[in-house]
Amino acid sequence: MRDMTLDMHTADSATAPALLACQGLSFDAGGKRLIDDLTLEIHPGRRTLVMGPNGAGKSMLLRLLHGLIAPTTGELLWQGRPLDRGARAAQAMVFQRPVMLRRSVLANLRFALTVRGITGAARAAKAAEALDMARLTDMARRPARVLSGGEQQRLALARALVGQPRLLFLDEPTSSLDPASTRAIEDLINAACQRGVSIVMVTHDLGQARRIGDDLIFLQDGKLAETGTLKNVLAAPKSAATRAWLEGRLYTAPAP
Amino acid sequence: MFSLTDILSEALGLILTWDRDLSEIVMLSLRVTLTAVVISCLIGLPLGAMVGAFRFTGRGTVTVVLNALMGLPPVVVGLVVYLMLSASGPLGVLQLLYTPSAMIIAQTILVTPIIAALTKQVVEDLHDEYREQFASLGVGAFARMTALLWDARYSVLTVALAGFGRAVAEVGAVLIVGGNINHVTRVMTTTIALETSKGNLELALALGLLLLSIAVIVNALVMALRASAVRAAYA
Repeated sequence: MRDMTLDMHTADSATAPALLACQGLSFDAGGKRLIDDLTLEIHPGRRTLVMGPNGAGKSMLLRLLHGLIAPTTGELLWQGRPLDRGARAAQAMVFQRPVMLRRSVLANLRFALTVRGITGAARAAKAAEALDMARLTDMARRPARVLSGGEQQRLALARALVGQPRLLFLDEPTSSLDPASTRAIEDLINAACQRGVSIVMVTHDLGQARRIGDDLIFLQDGKLAETGTLKNVLAAPKSAATRAWLEGRLYTAPAP
Repeated sequence: MFSLTDILSEALGLILTWDRDLSEIVMLSLRVTLTAVVISCLIGLPLGAMVGAFRFTGRGTVTVVLNALMGLPPVVVGLVVYLMLSASGPLGVLQLLYTPSAMIIAQTILVTPIIAALTKQVVEDLHDEYREQFASLGVGAFARMTALLWDARYSVLTVALAGFGRAVAEVGAVLIVGGNINHVTRVMTTTIALETSKGNLELALALGLLLLSIAVIVNALVMALRASAVRAAYA
């Protein structure tokens, strides 16, 4: 699999060094290999989508890349150096089911800023800016847990972005949202990308992929099935697994 | 010969006129119990939060010990504190035996494991929900602990009230280390035991009714707090 290193950046970013890279990344649990020898690169300023059937290891890959779980083998490199605490601070993640602290909307944002060492007037200004960006200003004093699913996900996204990460992981952030809420989240993602935040996002939604994706990582059974620019992969998928998925067929790997 | 109605009527009279002896006993009970609960919270809340939020070697052992200490026999605690505070004991020089301070110490020893063990459970459950989010945000150890305690504040308050209920109803330990001395260490539970044995049932019943009222008020408070927390979606 090592020879399948991503070649998904465009001409503009082709020469840019990888923001995050993993080499020979594997993860075992319960005696089973869930992620199998992945080597890939995430380039700055790109919106990279992770796709594949259920159980392919997409969410697991995000957690490994973000450092939430330790790989069984392999290593992660942040701008060519081993991933450390400083590099972790430059990343953020939004989960499929947003985790709302048992506090107000505003207090959720303040908390994220405080743990980043931002306090006082700067914290108030950044929190107000984040509320405005997520269109939650009117709900600032409401308990976060009474918000609708779409509002909670907007808050989760705003909370992740308030620390000004360079790389944002999104694990199916719109999977349970209606089209309008989905579009609102996509607008926030695009706005973040325009401000220089690189995105790695898991999605099952091909329409969404076409709307916001630049690059694609396609996983099958924990292995890298295909990578490249989204446009190229969708136009001419090289792997049988990707073709089957795009055609809505169940893919069965050939017997070894 | 006395009738139950007469005793009940006299007991209610003592309460309604707020008899001086009665009020002294009730106030001392509340002072001792509230002080013990506050000290227990200062020790038990961070201890429980640490055990609930962090993984460390020996965590299982600490959990087992905390759970076991929840069932400490009060008379044994009373005896140990008595031995420590008696003139020949290691802390005898403090001359605390038969004072409200000795009673506070005994109650603190009884209540702290309850506060710590229940807090650990509350914090652990919440931490399971927050774990990945905290890791993603890079929340440090101290901030994690305080955030968990704050976000679990309604449950933690319930824990503190449970500790209060345990302490205010305690009789064995405070009787041993307090001595049930009139106007000095006489609290509701020890007075009920003493006055019943003396046949002074009016005062015993009046104190019993007050003790029951406190238990009801504490439980009503717990229910109201939980209900308001659910309404506010903080629970």
